[in-house]
Amino acid sequence: MTNTLNEDKKVLPAREDLGGVKQEFNITVYTENQIGLLNRIAIIFTRRKINIDSLNTSPSEVDSIHRFTIVINETEDVVRKLCRQIEKQVEVLKVYYHTNADVIWQEMALYKVSTNVIAEQVSVERLLRENGARAVVIRKDYTVFETTGHREETESLIKILQPYGLIEFVRSARVAIIKNSEGFNAKLREFERLEPGEEVIENEYLNQGQKVFTM
Amino acid sequence: MEVAQQEIPAPAKTKETVEVSGSVALLEALIAEGTDTIFGYPGGAIMPIYDALYDYNEKLNHVLVRHEQGGIHAGQGYARTSGKVGVVFATSGPGATNLVTGLADAQIDSTPLVCITGQVFAHLLGTDAFQETDVINITTPVTKWNYQVTDANEIPEVIAKAFYIARSGRPGPVLIDITKNAQIQKFNFEGYVPCNHIRSYRPKPIVRKQYIEEAAALINQAKKPFVLWGQGVILGSAEQEFKAFIEKAGIPSAWTILGVGAIPTDHPLNVGMLGMHGNYGPNVLTNECDVLIAIGMRFDDRVTGRLDKYAKQAKVIHLDIDPAEIDKNVQTTVPVWGDCKETLPLLTELVEAKAHTEWLAKFNDFTQKEVEAVIHKELNPDTEEMTMGEVVRVLNELTGGDAVIVTDVGQHQMVGCRYAKFNKTRSNVTSGGLGTMGFALPAAIGAKFGAQDRPVVAIIGDGGFQMTLQELGTIMQTGVNVKIIILNNRFLGMVRQWQELFNERRYSFVDIQSPDFVRVASGYGIAGKSVNDRAELTAALEQMLNHNGSFLLEVMVTKENNVFPMVPQGCSVSEIRLK
Ligand SMILES: Cc1ncc(C[n+]2csc(CCOP(=O)(O)OP(=O)(O)O)c2C)c(N)n1
Repeated sequence: MTNTLNEDKKVLPAREDLGGVKQEFNITVYTENQIGLLNRIAIIFTRRKINIDSLNTSPSEVDSIHRFTIVINETEDVVRKLCRQIEKQVEVLKVYYHTNADVIWQEMALYKVSTNVIAEQVSVERLLRENGARAVVIRKDYTVFETTGHREETESLIKILQPYGLIEFVRSARVAIIKNSEGFNAKLREFERLEPGEEVIENEYLNQGQKVFTM
Repeated sequence: MEVAQQEIPAPAKTKETVEVSGSVALLEALIAEGTDTIFGYPGGAIMPIYDALYDYNEKLNHVLVRHEQGGIHAGQGYARTSGKVGVVFATSGPGATNLVTGLADAQIDSTPLVCITGQVFAHLLGTDAFQETDVINITTPVTKWNYQVTDANEIPEVIAKAFYIARSGRPGPVLIDITKNAQIQKFNFEGYVPCNHIRSYRPKPIVRKQYIEEAAALINQAKKPFVLWGQGVILGSAEQEFKAFIEKAGIPSAWTILGVGAIPTDHPLNVGMLGMHGNYGPNVLTNECDVLIAIGMRFDDRVTGRLDKYAKQAKVIHLDIDPAEIDKNVQTTVPVWGDCKETLPLLTELVEAKAHTEWLAKFNDFTQKEVEAVIHKELNPDTEEMTMGEVVRVLNELTGGDAVIVTDVGQHQMVGCRYAKFNKTRSNVTSGGLGTMGFALPAAIGAKFGAQDRPVVAIIGDGGFQMTLQELGTIMQTGVNVKIIILNNRFLGMVRQWQELFNERRYSFVDIQSPDFVRVASGYGIAGKSVNDRAELTAALEQMLNHNGSFLLEVMVTKENNVFPMVPQGCSVSEIRLK
């Protein structure tokens, strides 16, 4: 189920049984590409003392619109309130939230090891096959492997490489794709639609040339 | 109601362009937005704007305040009485940081403001240059939107956005930080195009008929419906729509301190004030009603008391323009997203005409009880010393409820809001959500500029007055006509009340000494008087109101008086204490 914050949807059931169990939620935020917006979004979490487990931000498939994927461990009730606060920001177009079961998600990991050690002591082929990894770079002094998957999958290769002197390890934030969505593209059309604003008093002084623009 | 798709032709741009500086473009934009008054304080980083302002004397009235906090509170007062966007200027660094309290206040009370701050040259940003502060980051949590301009070409569009964001949807403060180079830079100004659409911004949620119908059905079945209204009614200019709704459905209605005045105090369905120092009936009966209808209010903890014991028996209908407010504190049965100016008439159409006579009588019974236990004594004391309440009572008698009442924060604020009579909307200016002491004096100045044909009376404590008393200088210089009543109890009264009730009278640093206020006022050329004797009170208030110009009236009131009723913190609203 896609939990949008669209006002037509009331996700919560009864007043009493609020979603009280904490679990991982994937929050997807579509935004304008605007300086300072990351800060505005981050403040919404820090104000409530909520730790962000993973944060990914990058351009989306739509020109000039960015997509954030934020992972937190919280109850649905808290997540929904956070999402409403995020969606309230002027430069935020849309916010969705999902449990892990409702998204396909991946993290990418890079592992740097000494080429000498690894060539001498490990059956590299087997290691790569069994861990779904691939070698990104092989240089005289070091080799970089890459795996992609859930946390446990990227974790297991660390354990294997550790005894052979893992030099450096890095893991990306989570990226997640919503299983059951119509996609954001359709929603965007609604945002592009012009709606009338309030009347503004016309500037009676503009274009009176000299009268105004004399300094 | 689905809003129909509408084609809006793009506003025609002016053909000829004029080469102007960023500063001139800014002032032109302000005029185009209907700004007539600016509250501000100059400094190095905003000098080009002030230089341009020199030539705009006839079109823009600039009020030189004595402190930027005073400037922004004045902007708030102006916005609250006029319904327009308040405009404030400040320089970089300390000028900008002095705005923070006012921004936080305006943010939580949904007051539309556009604040312009000067900033160091763009090439100096991030170098700890003289008077450089990261104003954008400091003000992010306390603004609806903020933006830093580094190129003059951006100014017309950014100012248009700023006004649109400040006043549309749920209003709020916007801050635009303009680097000095952008203020000086010349560019081709093509004319001002107001903003009425931002792709990522939905000021109003779409109104759903289904929820209006569900809400109407609940109201029609209700035996004991109860309306709570807040400032949303006033911000949405929905006073008429609101009155029509409660009158048709015959529902007793109570207000938050920011909502007061949307309907007259004497309206038969107006049953009083909600919350910590609200009225007895509305608080107790919140836990007895069967359908609770919240309109343009946000269930602040000062209103709800303990949430887990708040109106548990009731079905809740919440009308609000801000989707984030719905279900935030109190879980709703039926959410009505939308501007109450649009949703209320839809609801009125569907509700049955009723008079909940018996239910309304219950409120009146509680009022009677409260009058006997508290109100009568407070308004007509038999003690030698005067009470805050009797000052407000006499003021009501003299103004007939026509005045704009501005209150500061503390006991006098609660007394002022509880007892002041209001006949007109946009008459109550107070710092509700933030509770900012020092708010009232500058806010009253702004309120008068925003409502020049109305009397403006500020009611201030001896503590709060001393937080921004330098704004007497602004009164002196502008000749603005505000009436100031200092209710002097020689204590930080509200804190003392808490210490008395909850800290075994350990009066820790609440005993505050004051200067001779009348002499201070006189130093600023402002007339004044101090009264200590009941016999002089009416005459003194009359003198104040009839005085041609500002007047400071100090009234010495009982030292250790308490504001009751009271819902102690952490208690349920039905545990409200009468003494
Ligand atoms: C800026 C600020 N500082 C502190 C407080 C805490 N505070 C709330 S009420 C109050 C006492 C106010 O005393 P006074 O202005 O004399 O008014 P009174 O309560 O006596 O009417 C204080 C200190 C506040 N609200 N705002």
